[in-house]
Amino acid sequence: MSTATANVVTGLGVVAPNGLGTEEYWAATLAGESGIDVIKRFDPHGYPVTVAGEVLDFDAAAHLPKRLLPQTDRMTQHALVAADWALADAGLRPDATDAFRLGVLTASASGGFEFGQRELEKLWGTGPAKVSAYQSFAWFYAVNTGQISIRNGMKGHSSVFVGEQAGALDAAAHAVRLLGQDTIDAALTGGFEASVCPWGLVAQLPGGLLSEVPEPHRAYLPFDRRACGYVPGEGGAVLVVEKEDTASARGAGRVYGRIAGHASTFDPRPGSGRPPGLARAVRGALDAAGLEPGAIDVVFADAAGVPALDRAEAEALAEVFGPGGVPVTAPKTMTGRLYAGGAALDTATALLSIRDSVVPPTVGTTEPATGPALDLVLGSPREMPVRSALVIARGAGGFNSALVVQRHDA
Amino acid sequence: MSEITLDRLVTVIRECAGDSDEFDLDGDILDVTFEELGYDSLALLEISARLQEEFGATVSETEMETPRITLRLLNEAVRSDADRTDADRTDSSEVAA
Repeated sequence: MSTATANVVTGLGVVAPNGLGTEEYWAATLAGESGIDVIKRFDPHGYPVTVAGEVLDFDAAAHLPKRLLPQTDRMTQHALVAADWALADAGLRPDATDAFRLGVLTASASGGFEFGQRELEKLWGTGPAKVSAYQSFAWFYAVNTGQISIRNGMKGHSSVFVGEQAGALDAAAHAVRLLGQDTIDAALTGGFEASVCPWGLVAQLPGGLLSEVPEPHRAYLPFDRRACGYVPGEGGAVLVVEKEDTASARGAGRVYGRIAGHASTFDPRPGSGRPPGLARAVRGALDAAGLEPGAIDVVFADAAGVPALDRAEAEALAEVFGPGGVPVTAPKTMTGRLYAGGAALDTATALLSIRDSVVPPTVGTTEPATGPALDLVLGSPREMPVRSALVIARGAGGFNSALVVQRHDA
Repeated sequence: MSEITLDRLVTVIRECAGDSDEFDLDGDILDVTFEELGYDSLALLEISARLQEEFGATVSETEMETPRITLRLLNEAVRSDADRTDADRTDSSEVAA
């Protein structure tokens, strides 16, 4: 990413279990307010997992054309509304610029599960004639990129990234790559997921990584000796990232920061004896940003909440930064893991940390697990200047991605 | 069977393709094209499938230019189906006799 310094992030859009819109989410996150609770959208009793981070107070009809409602899953409704918010935040009007210079790059891990479940119920319950024609795309993992592109008339290079929780970092990196190649002037990039529905939940159960603890405040405790899996969540975030020169030429207002470096690696096959790829991804992102480990002010951890995965992440951090060598936080303890949305939300959160010189807390975790020491930001926010932040994301199956965001003047 | 009217069609449209933001579907929309109303080809496919299900008559989405044309084709199809059923009944009664 040699051209990474030429980009600026000018807009954010957030839909999260603990807040709708960037500022509501950020205020809740700094206050340690969690959106994790017993599942409300359906009766979870009878399932081994009963706790999730749900987006419950989102009224799609208040934000979107009525015609879009029958043809969109909730994850797409979140994506479309957050994209509107991000464009407004950036003051970027697609209709006032060359549509072919605007790209959309989103990540998705599972697609529109709730929509798919509803239509498959019709297929098997009442027959194929009842299945909505919109099923043809509404449950497809690529649909968010497509719908955002159509709604906003953004016709430039667009893509979809599938890397489970890691995909959104790869999407952002590719957006920056396209800006650097002068393929596009600006992009919306992020990820959204909303698979908290019976089918979405049971599809996650065989992986064995979800927390079965029924008390919301004790269900997801990454890096804690009581860690017992993670809580699924829904929502995500989207960023407007632009070439610095065209952003400046159009008179873009606020700049949150820039994407300074990225790397992704893939783990060796289980049992190979070779080390996991996470530390290599972190080093790669630092190299791409031209930074020494000491220049990173805070790490937004992947924080799987699964003891072996937490241990592996702590070891990778200790290997690169030294034991306790860098502040580490996991605000996703207030949302659950959002799949494709998680790393996008962490990236937005890291940019807000840079803006406001404060690191949001990790909540719930109180008793550190054994293993390499971590300087976890626990319980309450830590006020400190943040020039460079590292976001880490791992996707089930072996994906490792790391992304550095930096203050614009850093 | 009585004539299928605009309000029946509008109910189907609202249910399966969503309300229009540009037009009041309860207003005089008989001769407004579906394109102007904001419904694309997939929306028409969906409406066509629902009409088939509800009235048992096929109207191709490619011919659904306006609500008036759609209703004419739909009512014609329903009538011709009814005529055919009557004819079948007549035929079978003749065979039986």
